[in-house]
Amino acid sequence: MNYIFDPAAAFAWCLEQLRTLATLVHLPVMAGEWVGSFLVMIGLFTVCSVIVMILVYGERKIAAHMQSRLGPMRVGWHGLLQVIADVIKLMLKESFVPAAADNWIFRAAPYVVFIPGFMALIAIPMDRGVIPAHVNMGLLYILAVGTPGVIGILMAGWSSGNKYSLLGGMRSAAQMISYEVPLVMSVLGVIMLAGSLDLAAIVEAQKVPYIIYQPLAFIIFLIASVAETNRNPFDIPEAESELTAGFHTEYGGVRFAYFFLAEYVNMFVLSAAAVTLFLGGWKGPFLPGWVWYFAKTFGILFLFMWFRWTFPRLRSDQLMDLGWKVLTPLAFLNLIVTGLVLVLLK
Amino acid sequence: MEHLGAYANMVMALGVGLFCLAAGMVISWMGRPSNLTPVKLETYECGEPTVGTDQVRFRTLFYLFAIVFVVFDVEAIFLFPVAVVFRQMGWFGFLEMLAFVIILLLGLAYAWRKGVLKWQ
Repeated sequence: MNYIFDPAAAFAWCLEQLRTLATLVHLPVMAGEWVGSFLVMIGLFTVCSVIVMILVYGERKIAAHMQSRLGPMRVGWHGLLQVIADVIKLMLKESFVPAAADNWIFRAAPYVVFIPGFMALIAIPMDRGVIPAHVNMGLLYILAVGTPGVIGILMAGWSSGNKYSLLGGMRSAAQMISYEVPLVMSVLGVIMLAGSLDLAAIVEAQKVPYIIYQPLAFIIFLIASVAETNRNPFDIPEAESELTAGFHTEYGGVRFAYFFLAEYVNMFVLSAAAVTLFLGGWKGPFLPGWVWYFAKTFGILFLFMWFRWTFPRLRSDQLMDLGWKVLTPLAFLNLIVTGLVLVLLK
Repeated sequence: MEHLGAYANMVMALGVGLFCLAAGMVISWMGRPSNLTPVKLETYECGEPTVGTDQVRFRTLFYLFAIVFVVFDVEAIFLFPVAVVFRQMGWFGFLEMLAFVIILLLGLAYAWRKGVLKWQ
């Protein structure tokens, strides 16, 4: 029962067992550590997959109910097994490289899109002491390691041998780098308040959630996150009616599934980052920390899905204007005002 | 007590991520059919015969946006360490940061005025 409230102790206990086991079979103690790390990562990958399945199911159900439909109902109770059926279908589908495509870049692109999201996830604290990779500049790490995903999208668009994919990839990249700037600028206020780049320390520093002190930064971060993940209302790069899905037109079967996986993992990472920076991370009364962490993160993800069925799609020029001429100056304003208030209150 | 550092875990995450995706690919490869025909391998253009190649021209505007992005992202990296120690620096730190941010904003205004940020 205690372990539910203190998963860090549970992990430490497991690691100790592995170290003992390693010495028992006459291996160096570090072998236990490596096995432990491997198991944690495998577990995290499984958690990722389950989260993505929940999100796909949630997305379809929420979309359906917002449009007075029922959504998937046939496979399992209220369509619960629909996602599993979809995964099996995608795995068993023929997946080939088109004749016009650039073979190896085409094959590598899904990996390059997925890995950054997964690597960013390991630095976000899920509970007190539960961070697979605890570095003292965690915030900088997740911002830096998340960026190569853009390269994966460019690779996919460029290597497909399809002019619409190329255009979609270019638009995606332009949009993602444009919204990267307000995203990075908006977290500066939080860093100034907390005085640290360590994500766990930022959570610990929040006596009250920073959204109270930094409402503007939170809104900028949220809008930029939606744009970063190429979701409605910022989904011009994938505009079905115009570019036939943009950079992943030519992908099918399991490779397409990987793009889907990457997209939802990236959504989860950005929501988790928003929760950690602005909503007090794992902190909350009564329930265990990790329950709060997941509850808050899924709350933000629900907001993402809500946006999708509320706002109409923006035009290309409106999109760029919003990023560069509204959000970026606002992020700078937020930075200056935060600095001024901090200095005056000192 | 020796412990694996955070960086070892990052390398492990990279390895396991690649491994899991590759494993999924292998499992799928064992189960899926593969009977390719020339028609199937054609470039998808909604069923119409493909027009031209993928070597299309695209706007140089993308390049300009990329340059502005690089400028702003590099400047943001300089702001990070300042933000961390901001509370200890008082008015001096604030004025220094203000000067830096105003120069950045002048750059943004210049790009804006020059029409770089105009999507057309």
